[in-house]
Amino acid sequence: MAAHMDRIVMPGDKICDLKESEATRKTILGPGLRTEGDCVYACKPGVLKFREPNVYWIDTHQKRYVPVKGEHVIGIVTQKAGDIFRVDIGGSVQASLSFLSFEGSTKRNRPDVKVGDMLYCRLLVANKDMEPEVVCIDGQGRSSGMGVVRNGGFLFKVSLNLVKKILSSSCILMKTLGQKLPFEVVVGLNGRVWVKGRSNKETIALANAICASEHMTNEQIKVMCQRLADAVAGFT
Amino acid sequence: MEGNVKLSKNVLQMKFMQRSVLRMEVEQNEEEKQKIIDDEHWVLDLPQLSQREERYITQPSAVVCENLQFGRMSFKGFNPEVEKLMKLHDTESELKQAEEREKEIGVSEDEMAKRYSALVGIIAKKFSTKRKHQTSANKQDDNDDDTDSSSPPKVRRQFLKPDDS
Repeated sequence: MAAHMDRIVMPGDKICDLKESEATRKTILGPGLRTEGDCVYACKPGVLKFREPNVYWIDTHQKRYVPVKGEHVIGIVTQKAGDIFRVDIGGSVQASLSFLSFEGSTKRNRPDVKVGDMLYCRLLVANKDMEPEVVCIDGQGRSSGMGVVRNGGFLFKVSLNLVKKILSSSCILMKTLGQKLPFEVVVGLNGRVWVKGRSNKETIALANAICASEHMTNEQIKVMCQRLADAVAGFT
Repeated sequence: MEGNVKLSKNVLQMKFMQRSVLRMEVEQNEEEKQKIIDDEHWVLDLPQLSQREERYITQPSAVVCENLQFGRMSFKGFNPEVEKLMKLHDTESELKQAEEREKEIGVSEDEMAKRYSALVGIIAKKFSTKRKHQTSANKQDDNDDDTDSSSPPKVRRQFLKPDDS
């Protein structure tokens, strides 16, 4: 399998000898891979990645978000049309959001959502032929961290790679920043990141740190976080 | 109506049987209708399409593929609510990892069942007496060679009366 690991592939490249799970004899194909008959082809340029036991996907540099069912994204309410809200999630079409899909909302008790509010939500329907639909509750009807995000902070957009890097368990960016400063962050898989520190200065510093970490290794991130903490301590 | 119990015409003519007579008629009609429908429906005379087993599962989400964390975080008590949630997610993912590891190292359910089924006989032997043991062994022998009629007939042990003379 070493031949597969981290190989650069182009759209149309045929990928053979994929490893399958021993129990089910199946292979999981992630984003960037598609099947044509019995063959597997790459449909994005990037690096072919593999994770034990049988997961393959292509890691590609991308800024445009394509909605995928089940992903958590940051949306902005743009319109209030009767029973549904229109939410901009950065995809090709705006998503719809029912006013009933908030925690504890009923027909009587409408959620307090206004145009321009920022939401952390989950994609319930993401189909290439249909308008996406987002919800702010999980399967049990609880909010579990989703819903309107209020009280200031700073929202900015980064590449999808950076978002995945931040959220991967091997990246230490958030942990190291968290040891230096108290802050809160919301990361949407559509490339939007919202941060809030104690003051505006800290918020800006955090946003800069996140943007700068895209091409850094864990060691470089450690050094940067230390410098940032020193600087923040200096000018407060 | 139960099975094949048929009542005589005279009985069915009685006043209190009228309801069952009606019901039987309805049932019969229904059956006939079904028969007609079955005859009229056309069926393509084709062999059954065999479902081809798919070797690949497509998973369009990078979250599952790359095992990404939940996207809301808070540090140093900035938002206690979110921190509680983070702790929950952490324990959940830890549990999942532990489970996965166990699956790899551990024994599968089938294997376990197989092993235990082999053990059942051995343990049962321990609890049975020697005599039972023997008879069961004899029985097995009998099963093995049913055709063999020359095998000695089973001797039932019993108390032998001592000779008086």
